[in-house]
Amino acid sequence: MRRIGIVLAAAGLISVAGAGVAYTDSIDWGTYQVGDKRSGYTYAQPETRAMQDDDFENPGFLLMDQAATLWETPDGAAGKACVGCHGDVESLAGVGATYPVYFEPWGKMMTVEQRINQCRTEGMKADPWKWESDEMLGMTALVKHQSRGMPVNVSIDGPAKPFYEKGEAFYYERRGQLDLACANCHMDNAGLQLRANTLSQGMPNGFPTYRLKWQKVGSLHRRLRGCNDQVRAEPYERGSDEYVNLELFIMHRANGLPVETPAVRN
Amino acid sequence: MRKRPLLTAVALPLALVLAPALGAGGAAAEELVAYEVVEGAIPASLTGVPGDPEAGKAAAVHRQKGNCLACHAMPIPDQPFHGEVGPDLSAVGSYLSEGELRLRLVDSKKINPETSMPGFYKVEGLHRVAEKFRGKPILTAQEVEDVVAYLLTLKGN
Ligand code: HEC
Ligand code: HEC
Repeated sequence: MRRIGIVLAAAGLISVAGAGVAYTDSIDWGTYQVGDKRSGYTYAQPETRAMQDDDFENPGFLLMDQAATLWETPDGAAGKACVGCHGDVESLAGVGATYPVYFEPWGKMMTVEQRINQCRTEGMKADPWKWESDEMLGMTALVKHQSRGMPVNVSIDGPAKPFYEKGEAFYYERRGQLDLACANCHMDNAGLQLRANTLSQGMPNGFPTYRLKWQKVGSLHRRLRGCNDQVRAEPYERGSDEYVNLELFIMHRANGLPVETPAVRN
Repeated sequence: MRKRPLLTAVALPLALVLAPALGAGGAAAEELVAYEVVEGAIPASLTGVPGDPEAGKAAAVHRQKGNCLACHAMPIPDQPFHGEVGPDLSAVGSYLSEGELRLRLVDSKKINPETSMPGFYKVEGLHRVAEKFRGKPILTAQEVEDVVAYLLTLKGN
């Protein structure tokens, strides 16, 4: 499971060289920067980056270890395990980098979490996992981790287009008592301090992410609820169409940045 | 470094009278005081009660009230981490009048519709406000007066 010094080695070195530099535009961020796009990694404190870079320090790996066991454990009425259909989890390399994807039977987009539950309920005849359960977070992380270092590569062509447009509209719409859109913070003001937080571009390429503030691994949709709460807006449910479409928009915005799952952030 | 974008560039309707906004739902929601905008300012006090600069400073710092430090630097050195999203306010009382400050606090989008600064005394034209805050302004009318009074004391060095 734990592979040290995997990809991203170049950028890993930078976090050592950059120790003590809180935030600067002059650092060569390696693959964490593609043109103007920057991963949240490049806005994080050196200690936070070091924690992500060391698989033994990164708490996300604990959850993935548990998920690796679940991968091989039969569950549900069909008596099947993930490994029965997919073989080694490594066979999913590249897959996580393309989600959300259009899912024909639903006529809408599907996230990795939803794909996992689809496998469970349809393939295994097992109960779905709750969105923010350790099982779901660990398995989603394990699946996306197989693409670590690969560029996010989400398609918005064909049937995905209208869902992308909904996500885009959400991103630019002001909301809440504070009347702020995602774009106000993560496009207009990225790199600036919002009190103690350095605003990043709000890139989702590291989720599920271990957040120091949460002391826990959390899903992207948990983060989205947090960003809605901050502006005193009514959040949506995890897995709602609104957040799935928003995930499509921001994942596509992150195209080209490396998958970092499980990332570590403030 | 003080940034001062666009503020003077936007012409305002000479006298824009706003109907009192009615709070939608929530027992504690009360009617907002009506005010008149005159040439980029709200010249008249919202309450008629003079603002208290000390109370205004406290409301500006309070995270559940003004939380101004999220976005602005202010001459309050005992508070860590001042924001950078808006301009430094250390001398704002030396170049904006009382009425100009009042309008910027009440609804700065009347000056710059694109601004990220929230309107602290408005309840209309907002989208998906969490139930707890629906129909309520961020600051009360008197808190606005207090913060204005505090800002007027900020004259720089
Ligand atoms: C009031 C400012 C504000 C608004 C508005 C806001 N966010 Fe955030 N967001 C933050 C802060 C602060 C953080 C933590 C620091 C950072 O990564 O930017 C954050 C973090 C994030 C992250 C995690 C980035 C990472 O590297 O792990 C994502 C994704 C995100 N926001 C998306 C959104 C989306 C989508 C919206 C709109 C629904 C939104 N944000 C609205 C302030 C905001
Ligand atoms: C979410 C960000 C944010 C918050 C919170 C915020 N502001 Fe602002 N403020 C701004 C921005 C951005 C500007 C720049 C003007 C513009 O965008 O048109 C500004 C401008 C101002 C100005 C005009 C300054 C000048 O030099 O012309 C004043 C006065 C002001 N803010 C006071 C406050 C006070 C007092 C509070 C708290 C009660 C506050 N602001 C909270 C973002 C914010």
